[in-house]
Amino acid sequence: MIEIEGLIQVFNRRAANEVVALRNVSVTFQPGEFVTVVGANGAGKSTFLNALSGVYVSDEGAIRIDGLDVSKTPEHVRARQIGRVFQNPLDGSAGSLSVEENLTLALLRSSPRTLRFAITQRRRAEVRDELSRLRMGLEDRLSVPVRLLSGGQRQALALLMAGVCRPKLLLLDEHLAALDPIVAQVVLDLTCRLSKEWGSTTLMVTHNMEQALRVGDRTLLMHAGQILLDFHGEARARMTVRQLVEEFHRARGEVLADDRLLLA
Amino acid sequence: MYLSFWLGAVVMGLGFTGLVLSAFLTFRVLNFPDLTVDGSYPLGGAVTALLIVQGMSPWLTLPVVFLAGGLAGAATGVMATRLGINGLLAGILVAIGMYSVNLHVMGGVSNLPIFGNPTVMTAAGTLAANTDLAAAMVFGALTVVVILLAYWFLCTEVGLAMRAVGDNEQMARAQGISTGAMKMVGLIIANGLAALAGALQVQYMGFADVNLGLGAILAGIAALIIGEALMPVRGLLWAIVAVAVGSIVYRLVVAFALYLGLPPNDIKLGTVAIVLLALTLPRIRGIGKTAR
Repeated sequence: MIEIEGLIQVFNRRAANEVVALRNVSVTFQPGEFVTVVGANGAGKSTFLNALSGVYVSDEGAIRIDGLDVSKTPEHVRARQIGRVFQNPLDGSAGSLSVEENLTLALLRSSPRTLRFAITQRRRAEVRDELSRLRMGLEDRLSVPVRLLSGGQRQALALLMAGVCRPKLLLLDEHLAALDPIVAQVVLDLTCRLSKEWGSTTLMVTHNMEQALRVGDRTLLMHAGQILLDFHGEARARMTVRQLVEEFHRARGEVLADDRLLLA
Repeated sequence: MYLSFWLGAVVMGLGFTGLVLSAFLTFRVLNFPDLTVDGSYPLGGAVTALLIVQGMSPWLTLPVVFLAGGLAGAATGVMATRLGINGLLAGILVAIGMYSVNLHVMGGVSNLPIFGNPTVMTAAGTLAANTDLAAAMVFGALTVVVILLAYWFLCTEVGLAMRAVGDNEQMARAQGISTGAMKMVGLIIANGLAALAGALQVQYMGFADVNLGLGAILAGIAALIIGEALMPVRGLLWAIVAVAVGSIVYRLVVAFALYLGLPPNDIKLGTVAIVLLALTLPRIRGIGKTAR
């Protein structure tokens, strides 16, 4: 279970260009829940994911993974329980290393690194086994440098690398945005299938409203650093994209009114 | 006499491999431009000279030399990873500061001779007729050992993590790797190796000089590029062997330039010319390999 309480993120505090990117965000995710996150640019979606993963240390608030507070834990330590896929397919893997070496890196994520050989017979078999789940034939291309793979293949590999250690939390930041529609669908199918197999709580940021409502169990709409709307179950199933946009305008109007009150 | 001249160049090349390997580890593997070696290379020479003159076994000085170089690397590492100082600048700061440190190590003199004291070549001197041949055997053996150790290290879990840091820092952190720790380890090992190279150089030449480090990194990079230009691209082991090949060829080229009559004062200028040639040759000949 992932609990977030009162998360506040401020950039350039007390400077002329101060930005409150996250305003008191509180939400709880159940284990295995698949949550889509939508919102306009600048709503705070990426900041939210970066705060969860530890790229930004939150100014205030608590982040608890299965009861353990990780708000002050450094990014690379948190990574043992958190998997991430970035928007740019090039960011998720090391281009000069081979497919095998990249996946081995991911397999070693949850334990301290030793001076034992990284690639052993047993580990190679494990790598091959994991790669076969992608159904892309990558298990036959173990020694190929990853920079020679296509964007879709690299993103699929990045997804696999994010999840092989069965992380508690999987953060996907618009990971389909840079892929063409056909490849994006393949990776999306992989995402749904693998995240279920891994049992990870998944947060997927997307700009695709249709996808946001039809994929997964729950949808969050973020605006101006807050979670404006939170749908799941029946209400979500009945929601159409048009309705979502209307709800957004309605809620946004209320928020704007609040701001005026604050500034008056 | 001529054989000794060319053999001497080969010996220098073998002894210099530690420095080129250092540049390989920092510039290529870690993608961290480390200029500390301009200080840690002469430090190795200073430490070994100091200890040999005090009567220590020349072989025993080597681990101490490695540690000393490692400390210099650690200083750069702390500046770059903890104090938020730009890596390039941190290396420069340490290298400059080390000039004073090295003078202190050498007891306040800028030149410390060790003639008459035993060196790592002394034992082998009984086996070979020629001192240069003896040196070649000892340095050659050491080079092979260092190459194999480097290859082994980069194949371990820690080594793989280090290679990841050099390629994609953000991904490395997302995969649970402490990028700060990896840089520290890399800098310590690299500067330890550079110090070892300095120690071997001093033991071969018979004296330590505080100015030995001037332009050391330039020579190291020149040798690295030459090695990469000459050797086929075929995986990690070949890349490491290329380090040794580049080191030897570089020294041979410098020797050749001297043989042709280049005044010793112009060696630095000659080195720059060699680096330029090595960098542009692939482009002229249209070979696919381009240096970063």
